[in-house]
Amino acid sequence: MSHEHAQEHEHAEYSELSEMDARVRALETLLTEHGLVDRAALDAVVERYETEVGPHNGAAVIAKAWTDPKYKEWLLSDADAAIASLGYVGRQGEHMVVVENTPERHNMVVCTLCSCYPWPVLGLPPVWYKSPAYRSKAVIDPRGVLSDFGVELPDDTQIKVWDSTAEVRYLVLPMRPEGTEDLTEEELAALVNRNSMIGTGLAGTQQEVS
Amino acid sequence: MNGVHDMGGFHSFGPVVPESDQHVFHAEWEKRALALTLAVGALGLWNIDQMRHEREKLPPSIYLSSSYYKIWTLALENAIVALDLLERTDLTARTADQLIAGFAGQGSYERPTDTRPAYAVGQQVRTRELNPAGHTRLPRYARAHVGTVIAVHGAHVFPDRNAVPLGERPEKTPEWLYTVEFTGRELWGPDGDPQIMVSIDAWEPYLEAAE
Repeated sequence: MSHEHAQEHEHAEYSELSEMDARVRALETLLTEHGLVDRAALDAVVERYETEVGPHNGAAVIAKAWTDPKYKEWLLSDADAAIASLGYVGRQGEHMVVVENTPERHNMVVCTLCSCYPWPVLGLPPVWYKSPAYRSKAVIDPRGVLSDFGVELPDDTQIKVWDSTAEVRYLVLPMRPEGTEDLTEEELAALVNRNSMIGTGLAGTQQEVS
Repeated sequence: MNGVHDMGGFHSFGPVVPESDQHVFHAEWEKRALALTLAVGALGLWNIDQMRHEREKLPPSIYLSSSYYKIWTLALENAIVALDLLERTDLTARTADQLIAGFAGQGSYERPTDTRPAYAVGQQVRTRELNPAGHTRLPRYARAHVGTVIAVHGAHVFPDRNAVPLGERPEKTPEWLYTVEFTGRELWGPDGDPQIMVSIDAWEPYLEAAE
């Protein structure tokens, strides 16, 4: 095998990555040269969604709802205003609805048609949220989805699935873990993971944090 | 349209594979694909429904075998070609500040209307058996089923009319938007899990009164 051939083989193994890398770079160069995009603006977008906007925002909302009954009431009746009061606004968060988990009813959110997701409070969706496996299964077998995530609920717990087919974005208010009465709002926020706010997981226990 | 993007209820896609919430991107090009899509979108040449339709119009084999940001990139390329963007000289890139300011501002999809909602919370409705060739947000699994209205959201931009071909002027007359809840048994039949409920957000043209 010649040296060139070995290189080709190496490329083929990562064909999608290298193809996409080249394709996106070409697109960026073309659009920049034509004055349609500004590279600094692209960097700012990446920075925003890589570091500033993420599930830590949603966790702050949930922790506040757990500790402040008035805020929780506001959040459940007018999520737009209650979430905006903490500064989490922006695209894909224009029409928020918060749904509360109880021992009787567990909520799960999906977008079967694409990838609708509440960016201001959860950041960008994870790969599995956008995958055919999740989008197909969540509405017909949500208990099976929970099982894929290692979560088993009692058979008589009702599972309510919210398919985000319009611009309404849903955030699950998970149940507050037991034994967390003495925790501060900040410590509680650390118990709230992304999956618990989509409904494919539960809020963590104190042990998981320490 | 009845495309492969409309996945609710399909079998055989396999288990959901969880991942930690630390990974926003899985390759450098994904970051640029996202940013390019948002930056070009900020030029205001298309709306969210038109771009969704560009993605769902990709050939089924391409859609199903492409990663998510690849789907975005392919749709973006098609949109650039359709609008002849590279030939247009009347467009100026948004700066970083303008772009981020645009993201932070709330862009509501609710619109004023003189009409009254036809349905109220608690009312039974039947989803219509619609199979439009163009864009729609009524998923197939939820067509021709009886459910209950559990929320009325106001009049919102109607995607089926908003997603006109690129370059044409979208028709923005809003329609009342509802959340309609179905039992799992109504959607999936007697073998379905008796303890599941599923809701969709449905515009009034998707619905008719049920007995």
